[in-house]
Amino acid sequence: MRLIREFEERCFEMALSGELVGGIHPYIGQEAVAVGVCSQLDVQDVITSTHRGHGHVLAKGADPKRMLAELYGTTEGLNRGRGGSMHAADVSLGIFGANGIVGAGAPIATGAAWAARRAGREQVAVSFFGDGALSQGVVLEAFNLAALWSLPVVFVCENNGYATSLPVGRGLAGDPVRRAAGFGMTAWSVDGMDVETVAEAAAAAVDGCRRGAGPYFLECKTYRFHGHHSFEQQVGIDYREGDEVARWQDRDPLTLQRDRLPADVVASVDAEIAALVEDAVAFARSSPAPDPGDALEYLYAGPIAARPGSVL
Amino acid sequence: MAPLAYITALHQALRDEMARDERVCVLGEDVRLGLTGITQGLAQAYGPERVVDMPLSEQGFTSLATGAAMAGQRPVVEFQIPSLLYLVFEQIANQAHKFSLMTGGQVSVPVTYLVPGSGSRSGMAGQHSDHPYSLFAHVGSRPWCRRRRRTPTGCWCPRCATPDPVAVFAPTMLMGTAEEVTGELGPVPLGSARVHREGTDVTVVAVGHLVPTALQVAAELAGEVSIEVVDPRTVYPVDWATLGESVAKTGRLVVMDDSNRMCGLGGEILATAAEEYALVAPPKRVSRPDGAVIPYALALDHALLPSAAQLTEAVRAVLK
Repeated sequence: MRLIREFEERCFEMALSGELVGGIHPYIGQEAVAVGVCSQLDVQDVITSTHRGHGHVLAKGADPKRMLAELYGTTEGLNRGRGGSMHAADVSLGIFGANGIVGAGAPIATGAAWAARRAGREQVAVSFFGDGALSQGVVLEAFNLAALWSLPVVFVCENNGYATSLPVGRGLAGDPVRRAAGFGMTAWSVDGMDVETVAEAAAAAVDGCRRGAGPYFLECKTYRFHGHHSFEQQVGIDYREGDEVARWQDRDPLTLQRDRLPADVVASVDAEIAALVEDAVAFARSSPAPDPGDALEYLYAGPIAARPGSVL
Repeated sequence: MAPLAYITALHQALRDEMARDERVCVLGEDVRLGLTGITQGLAQAYGPERVVDMPLSEQGFTSLATGAAMAGQRPVVEFQIPSLLYLVFEQIANQAHKFSLMTGGQVSVPVTYLVPGSGSRSGMAGQHSDHPYSLFAHVGSRPWCRRRRRTPTGCWCPRCATPDPVAVFAPTMLMGTAEEVTGELGPVPLGSARVHREGTDVTVVAVGHLVPTALQVAAELAGEVSIEVVDPRTVYPVDWATLGESVAKTGRLVVMDDSNRMCGLGGEILATAAEEYALVAPPKRVSRPDGAVIPYALALDHALLPSAAQLTEAVRAVLK
């Protein structure tokens, strides 16, 4: 959690200063969800993530240096500078990519779980998405397929209260857990600000999936401390009333966990993370930009050569 | 050898590929029964885990195939009607197609989208009669518009073609046809056109089920004009070298394309010819009208489709 927070705070500064050109969707405040869930996964387990994906990707084990280099758009980045913040992926770690379309990862994770079962592998797939994704048809189609076939998928809904600027109460009919339970899934709602609570629920869900009792649905009630995207801060948009942010910050997942740990452990983690993030910043800043002549590289895995847009 | 039915060739290509590669599986609606004919008997041969009847949730199972492909499977997704491709455009154009580049080459998505019964089906009206291969060529997915069954095997198979997503459009008007087979059945290389008839005066590029129409017109006009008929076979990538060689010989070009005129494949071939080939006359195209919606009444349906009469007129126009 400390790594995600520190990483994101640096990214946020860099986004506001214009150093990261695309800006970011900050995950600050939601760290307990990514960490609680990913702490229960093995390397070969698969995750699909969202446009707010830094936390999931780091929690699944991606190298912060290569992650920041990706946000910088350099050849040393996870995706060689082709994906950026919204598409960061490390397939060798089962990270099938952050995704810029809300809910799009749910059927992809379901497909990965189905493939694992076909191949006889004991993998679990986790799909992270926000409360807004519960209004996407494709997510409900994924629920149906996963439940119909008892696939090892954990659907993790990060209910942070807002779909961009739309409060959940004005965008979602009914209750998320009851909606998921309607598909015959085991579904729980947990405190998404407490990493130990999330980890405990995720452990039960992952274990259930490995025993063939999947899928599971986990609603994690959480909150983002910043806006939907760094752009909001730059243009001064604010749609949250009163001291709502402050009330949630009182339950900061990092503070909750820090208070449970010995002071020397906290100090050593903080020091270690500060150094890691400094290294990542230095690495990203010094890694090379791609050659514009290679902009079409990786468009196809096969032997197709796309024609350029201009031929003289 | 007895004539080989087009649908049998598609079926056999799929069956062979399933036998060769355990990772090949078929996902779609009514595929266990084989409503379109292509998958008939495959469930009995390979079991319900490899020939999977899907609930009516095209978006869900199209991206399920994406995830399965990223995790090592080689799914073939069958769509019962071509218009369903509009429903899953996000899942193909914005997800499956983009993963290779967006991940910096970490993954590819070797899914085949099989579209039997593409194009007008006579009386199926507005929502069952489209032939949207140009749309997929436009976004850079790889549509194949199959006509001949001389070499159908593996046209959609990752081993033979490409590890990228491929859409195979099998035109309705060919589904019930049969033809003598010559030579070995084998894969069609990507971007390899076939010259069906040699000629010296006009190049006619015809796609899919319009190849027989072009050949018919070429035969009818044989005493008047020498027509070369070229079938691109894969509409993305297009075999520009073969088209260029043909036009270099004839200097004249007509494209017959069952896409809508606006931004259709025909327009792209004409634009490339204008930029790169030495034409001696303005080229012509025969296509559906802009933004066509196929009406129900048979006479109206046929009125909007490219016809032999239109092609004859276009060929005469480029000769003036």
